[in-house]
Amino acid sequence: MNAPAAGLTAVGPGRARFGRETLHAEWTKLRTVASTGWLLAGAAALTIGVSAAVDAAAACPAGGCQADPATLSLTGVQAGQAIVVIIAVLAVSNEYSTGMIRITLAAMPRRLAVLAAKATLITGLVLAVSAVAVLACVLAGRLMLPGHGFTAAHGYPLLSLSHGPDLRAACGSVLYLALIALLSLGVATAVRETAVAIGLVLGLLYVFPVVTSVIGNQHWQRHLEQIGPMTAGLYIQATTSLRSLPLTPWQGLGVLALWAAGALTLGGLVFRFRDA
Amino acid sequence: MTTSTPYRSTARDAHDGFGPLLHAEWTKFRTVRGWVIGMIVAVLATAGIGLFIAKATGNVSCQAGNGPVQHGAACGQPNYPLGPGGEPVQDEFYFVSQPLAGHGSLTVRVTSLTGRFSEQGPVPGPPVVVPWSKAGIIIKDGTTVGSAYAAMMITRGNGVRMQWNYTGDTPGLPGTVSAARPRWLRLARDGDTITGYDSADGTHWTRVGAIALTGLPSTVRAGLFVSSPVHTAYSSGLGTGTANNSPTEATAVFDHISRTGTWPARAWTGDYIDPRAAATQQVAGRYHQAAGRFTVTGSGDIAPLLAGPLNDGPSITIRDYLLGTFVMLIAVAVVATMFMTAEYRRGLIRTTLAASPHRGRVLAAKAIVIGSAAFVAGLAAAAGAVLIAGAVQPIGISVFHEPWPAELRILAGTAALIAVAAVFTLAVATIVRRSAAAILIVIVTIVIPFVLSAPPGVPVGFTGWLLRVTPAAAFALQQPMPQYYQVQANYIPSSGYFPLAPWTGFAVLCGWTALALVLAGYLLRRRDA
Repeated sequence: MNAPAAGLTAVGPGRARFGRETLHAEWTKLRTVASTGWLLAGAAALTIGVSAAVDAAAACPAGGCQADPATLSLTGVQAGQAIVVIIAVLAVSNEYSTGMIRITLAAMPRRLAVLAAKATLITGLVLAVSAVAVLACVLAGRLMLPGHGFTAAHGYPLLSLSHGPDLRAACGSVLYLALIALLSLGVATAVRETAVAIGLVLGLLYVFPVVTSVIGNQHWQRHLEQIGPMTAGLYIQATTSLRSLPLTPWQGLGVLALWAAGALTLGGLVFRFRDA
Repeated sequence: MTTSTPYRSTARDAHDGFGPLLHAEWTKFRTVRGWVIGMIVAVLATAGIGLFIAKATGNVSCQAGNGPVQHGAACGQPNYPLGPGGEPVQDEFYFVSQPLAGHGSLTVRVTSLTGRFSEQGPVPGPPVVVPWSKAGIIIKDGTTVGSAYAAMMITRGNGVRMQWNYTGDTPGLPGTVSAARPRWLRLARDGDTITGYDSADGTHWTRVGAIALTGLPSTVRAGLFVSSPVHTAYSSGLGTGTANNSPTEATAVFDHISRTGTWPARAWTGDYIDPRAAATQQVAGRYHQAAGRFTVTGSGDIAPLLAGPLNDGPSITIRDYLLGTFVMLIAVAVVATMFMTAEYRRGLIRTTLAASPHRGRVLAAKAIVIGSAAFVAGLAAAAGAVLIAGAVQPIGISVFHEPWPAELRILAGTAALIAVAAVFTLAVATIVRRSAAAILIVIVTIVIPFVLSAPPGVPVGFTGWLLRVTPAAAFALQQPMPQYYQVQANYIPSSGYFPLAPWTGFAVLCGWTALALVLAGYLLRRRDA
């Protein structure tokens, strides 16, 4: 009589806490959708491609240029982040568009555990892929920029990960992309609709650099750059004239982390208390 | 045995016409509350960004203000003159002139043109070559700033030119001028027509151009002029680029002056045109006459005036109020994507195609509905942004207004850009059938090229290429001012100058859209729904 019950207890409700099983379930979902792999590859390709194209178009005339070689060779992050946004949004919104979310929540009723598992896996994937992409960008910058006037004679040593600021710019860019993924995950959990979530996140990211580029009022320009998730977050890429930045590089990344934390909190609350 | 007729609906047969199809698609669009609200929010956001830009542009110290700050008047807002075509112009030069009554002509020989930075106190500035330093003869509708003119001139780096009414420019003899290689210039007035000639030896003359200046009074001022624009050193660094403007002056030597016609005045008079600039920029202007030789020194430029922080002082155009367009574009892309992908997600596509088996027509109806809705929303956003921002004009900064056809093109062009982008999105969504993929393609091809090119910093070589080949080329429709060959400036996308002409850029977007529509129509017909 007890035999079937014993079989059931093996998959008892206690197992649905955040842990190996939730991670494994979410990993299976991510892994078995073809789009995840394509999008990750696309994010890396777009990041590297735009960076390399920018390196090729950069020019530093003999008279001296004010460009920052690290920022230049990591410009692709600004484009690649769009695909990172899509990867993170899809991890949540796909479940809603297919109705899968109801099965997920039936199997793992602890909703925050589900969200935590998704966040962990997406962060890990994005960290891994962006590390590869950023390394390739640095390498491209190292190979191409000296041919465009960024030479030691003009005051620009080779990009090198053994150089403190360059290492911070590279590692920071990887973290930047991971934080962008978390921000997107939070927004997607709150709004559930793929297209709307992508539009909201990209609008939020891009509106700050575009608007600050035109307004002449220094006071407003500074404040907007300080609060914008993209503008502040990308300070982490700066290696020259750091003193003129409105925030230090790590403070800037902290602003983005606050945005991501806020979005995740909002998404978590909504997810926890709303019907799926 | 009674025969019973099976039930037949008394409703008329549904027509498979295009009208009902359009109506059906419009109903689908209109009745999804989220889409309509999304469009309205996007319109408000775009207009709000315009308002914010107007509020946050301008001078802090000015806004803190000492004393009452009025629109434009206080804080040294530069008032720019308008040319005969209605465009903002710069009309500053040293003019040695006499009245000319009726028909007549003026001929001179120029033997030298040199330039240097303007004096800094008692110290003469070092020499500098400014390619558009000009010296020559001019016939002008009085000495009023912004009045009509036609001129023949030798320049420092662009040979002999004939120029008229600030925007007109046509080349004459090439090369620079020197005592060994003088240039002869002649202007002849006949009615409203002014004809320019040049010559290397004073005997063999070539006609450079004939210009009709309509409404020219019978008595005009004619004489010698010299101008030299500011020398600008650009540093386009990260963040905002900066420009260092230094005033320059040019000196030219004229001789062999001969005149025909009626010149009622006895002597030549020297005036610095636009004395306001003379007071603020400490520019020089003088002439010296001895034995038929005139040595004239002048500064400034006779040319269209360009807007932008990198060009001539703090000034903006209505294009700056429209920077929120890309937000509208994102919103419209989201709605247009869902307009198609929702059909697949909900299975509605099968009902749609059962009701209207002509699949190409379904696509056409959807394109017309989403395109029209996006056009109306885009026009509302653009007009809203410009009107609201115009109502709270920034303080301490000039807002350049172009002639109305250009401003109309910017407004209608913004709406057209958004409408065609919506159709492009719809076609892409039909091809890929999934929201994420469609949004991805539209964002990468339209929004990212714009976002990379809007702030200065990313090399122009790259953004210029992006704005040529991607659908984002259509942002050229928002270019407020033409590029002038005869004005040296920083013509880069972040200052509002696009690599393609406005309608050429729009054609690039239309081409991509046509391609996507054809492919979408083909796939829609070939694939099972």
